[in-house]
Formats: sequence, structure tokens, C-alpha cells
Amino acid sequence: MMDKRTPLEKVLHALNYAVVTAVSLMCLYPMLHVLFASLSDPMRLLAHRGLLLWPQGFSLKGYQAVLSNPNILSGYMNTIIYLAGGLVVSMVLTPLGAYALACKDYPFRNVLVFLFVFTMYFSGGLIPNFLVIKNLGLYDSRWAIILPTAVSTYNLIVMRTAFSSVPGALQESACLDGANDFVILYRIYIPCIRATMAVVCLFYAVSQWNSWFNSMIYLQSSSKWPLQLWLREILINSASGGTSDDADALYLQELIRYAVIIVATVPILVVYPYAQKYFMKGVMLGSVKG
Amino acid sequence: MKRAINRPRKSLWARMKKHKYIYLMLLPVVIYYIVFHYLAMGGLVIAFQNYKPKLGILGSKWVGLKHFEDFLTGKYAWRVIRNTLVLNLYLLLFGFPAPIILALLMNELRDNAYKKTLQTVSYMPHFISLVVVCGLLVDFSMSDGLFNNVLALFGFERTNLLGSNQYYRTVYIVSNIWQNVGWNSIIYLASLSSVDNSLHEAAAIDGAGRLRRIWHVNIPAILPVIVIQLIMRIGNLMSQGYEKTILLYSPVVYETADIISSHVYRYGLEKTNYSYGAAVGVFNSLVNLVFLCTANQVSRRLTETSLW
Repeated sequence: MMDKRTPLEKVLHALNYAVVTAVSLMCLYPMLHVLFASLSDPMRLLAHRGLLLWPQGFSLKGYQAVLSNPNILSGYMNTIIYLAGGLVVSMVLTPLGAYALACKDYPFRNVLVFLFVFTMYFSGGLIPNFLVIKNLGLYDSRWAIILPTAVSTYNLIVMRTAFSSVPGALQESACLDGANDFVILYRIYIPCIRATMAVVCLFYAVSQWNSWFNSMIYLQSSSKWPLQLWLREILINSASGGTSDDADALYLQELIRYAVIIVATVPILVVYPYAQKYFMKGVMLGSVKG
Repeated sequence: MKRAINRPRKSLWARMKKHKYIYLMLLPVVIYYIVFHYLAMGGLVIAFQNYKPKLGILGSKWVGLKHFEDFLTGKYAWRVIRNTLVLNLYLLLFGFPAPIILALLMNELRDNAYKKTLQTVSYMPHFISLVVVCGLLVDFSMSDGLFNNVLALFGFERTNLLGSNQYYRTVYIVSNIWQNVGWNSIIYLASLSSVDNSLHEAAAIDGAGRLRRIWHVNIPAILPVIVIQLIMRIGNLMSQGYEKTILLYSPVVYETADIISSHVYRYGLEKTNYSYGAAVGVFNSLVNLVFLCTANQVSRRLTETSLW
């Protein structure tokens, strides 16, 4: 090729491989550490110092405890409810909005674009949002988790950009055949951008799966808590409270902390390899300005 | 001729009617935006009231700028403003260049399969929930945790990192970079991959080595993307990080950890001083908007790249 590498450049090249590999390992290691710790024998785990490169002993006690914990199970169920409900609402509303944004030359289009995009840079903030939910009577209701995040302007723009790439001729010929906008959207546009639909769906799903703040401020009854809120209880709020006198229980508590992370993260890591080829596409579509 | 003159007057209604289905489609979306975004913006008027939930917005007493004064003259104003700015400036200083550097480095890898694997791995932290990330940080930061195990090898004294004003910010910022470096590098990698190869060849013929080609070809090529990302980042300068802060901080480290939005959360929501909280929120949003507009203007002058 065009390279006539000097010795210095060879060294730099090798160094570059080393640096990038090290960065990637650092991105990966914490989760591996958790995985190994969750499978370890609690006694040996607590005695262990330093990096964990393999489970210390082997035990599934942590997972047994997690999977028989009613709070975690109900959290899991609730998260699935919010995820399914949220996806239905989001995937109905977002294409409608995105289609309208992709269309040109109708009155008030620019006003509407401004109305949507302005919310990316200015919002009422925590307190007014909370009061709106309260005054709508949604406080402590499951709708308070599903509705406020139903449309993400970022995802709207991602989808709008994808729609804009659909050839206009398709739309025109459909119009001549007497198709209205709904038919054009559902018969032509959406089938044309299946990959982007998947990306947007994934973005919504991940953010709903990982969200906890709205649930914390809007949900009072713990029977409606999603998984992430229970995780917070277990991982953060009780982190310093090793209250139990019983050493075995204490060890088990440590193990549960790791096991619960794995249980809560596995669904994402399972989808991840299938989804990751779309990531670049999604990010690029969202970055087009205007 | 007559038709042409009449056209503008008639056309608005006629054109709207022609696009009636589009408005029908927009209806639910617009309702969503009004209810869940603009109602709250309207609700910001409570910042100028002594809002009592029982009296409602119409019945509550107007107090002008009292809450703004209370905040700015209160003893926590300086602490939270300083912490917000310091944390975000550090993030800008270290967190913003990190993905650019990673992208430039990754772009130099010649082995495509290997490169792809590393990329995939580096996105992963972005998908791990914040609660889990913070749970890990709490666990690793404890005096017998992973971080301390590693630091002890280098002769540091063991201490709970998140309980120390000295280390809290470092943990916060380094973990933030960890979460986002891979994901944020995607956009730079994508624009690097579209750099015209003939530029590289021409530069090579002129005798430019690898490093000079990165400096004179790659970096100029991705500069517009960098500028846009920088403006957007500055536009979020004061609005980020409340979830993470609320998960990570504790009263011992309020001196370095408490930021404006966590202050709003504690005083406005937990202590139900709704009006005070809304006022501090307005202050925060306005400062943010000023940053965004300034960054946009400056960039338009200097680089001719801007958001609007």
C-alpha cells in the first residue's frame, strides 16, 4: 500500500493497538467482574483481593436468592408491563409525528417543527413536570411511567430523517392512485425503513428498561415499582447497611448484589449482539441537523 | 391572471384542507407535546408565586422574584452553582475529547474484524442502566472494593472514594467517560470512514507520515461534526447529571457533589417547596439557554458551522 513506515511509526502503530485494546478491555471488565463474583463462593469472594479473573469457587446461591425474591419478580413483571405499554404508544405516535415532519409544504409545518425541537433545549423542569402529573391525576398510576416518555424528540428526528430518504416518486404515484397519507405511511414509508423502525424501537426499549427516576418520583406503591427501582434499593440504599449479625446472611447479601445486576442486565446483553449493527445507522440519522 | 391574484387568499384554508390527514396524524403528537411539555412550561409561573397545591395556580399569591432572591442569597447558591460548573467543565475538558481520540485511534487499526469487535465492546457500557453503573461504583469505591484494591497496589491509602470530597469528582467524571466514550465515538468514526481516500494518497505522496495525515486530513474532515457536537454539549452544560448525582452522592460529600438539579430535587420536591424548586429550575434552564446561544453564535462566527 501507500505506507512506507518508519520505525517510529511501527512503534506507534503497535502502541495504538495496545491502547485501543486496553480501552476496550476496560469497558468490558466491570461486567465480567460482576459475572464472576455472582458465581463465586461467598466466603472465598470476600477473602479475595484484587482483580477477579475467574469465579472463586462456584455457587448459585445468589441466583437462587434473587429468583425467589418476590420484590424482584414483581419488579420484573412491572418493567415488562411498562416496556410493552410504552413501546405500543411510542411506536404509534413516533411514526405519525415523523411522517408529518418529513412532509413538506403544508401550512404551519415550521411552527410544528419548532414546537417539537424547542423541547430538546428547554423544559419546564422537575417541579412543574411533577405538578402536571399530579394535577392530571396520574400520580401513583402506571400511566405516569408510560405516557410522559411516549415520544422522544431525538427518535422523532431519527425517523424523520429515514422517511426523507424514501424516494418521493413512490409517494406521488400512490397519491395518483388515490391513497391518503395514512395509507402512504403504513403501506409505503414504514415498510421502506424497517431497519430504522428497529433502531428506534430498540432506543425506546432500552431507555424504558433502564429508567428509574420517573418511577421514583411518580410511584408511591412499591407494588408498581419497576426492576430498576428495586435494584436501587438493593445496590445503593442498602449498600452501607450490613445490619445482619449472621455472617452467612451477610455473605449472601453480597452475592445477591452481584446476581441481581446480572439478572437485570442479561436481557439487554442478549439483544445487544443482534442490535449492534444498527447502532451506527441510528446515531447517524439522528445527527442530521435542521 | 385573476386566479393568480386570488390564490394566496383562498389558499391557506384550501391547502390545509388538502393536507387534512397530516393534521389528523399530528393531532395525537401535538396533544402529547402540549400536555407533557408545554403545560409544564406554563406551570413555570409558580416560580413567581407562593404556590399551594390546594389553592392552585390561579388562587396562589404572587410574590415576584422572591424565590430567585432566596436562592441566590441563600447559603447553598454558590456551592451548587460552583459544583455544577466545575463538574461539567471537567466533563467537557476530559469527556468531550475522549471519544474523538478513541475514534482517531480506532480508525488507524487495519484489521477490520478486530476493529469491529473492539467497537462493539466499547459501546456496551452505554446500555447498562445507570442504577447498575452507580451500584457498581458504590461497590467498587468502598474501602475494600475493587478500586481500592487496585489503588492499594500503587501505595494509596484505602478510603471510601465516594465518601470523600477529594475523590468524589474523579469517580464521577472517570465513570462518565467510561459510560460514553465508545458510544460517542460512533459518530466520529462514521465521518472518518467517509474521508476521501485520495486525500490520504495525495498527502502520502507529498511525504506526510501517519501522524501528519491524521493532523492535516482526518481532523479537518471531522471538524464540522466536532463543532456541532460541542455546541450541543454546551447546550446541555447545566442540565445533565442529576440522576447520577442523586444515585451517587451522600450528605458527607454535598460540598463537592451537590449540583443545582439535585438541590431542586431535595428542596423543591422532597421538602415540597414547589415554588422555590421551580424558581431554581428556571434559573438553571435560562443559564443553560444562554450558554447554548453563545456557543452557537461564537461557532457561527469562527467556523461557519452552527445549529441554526
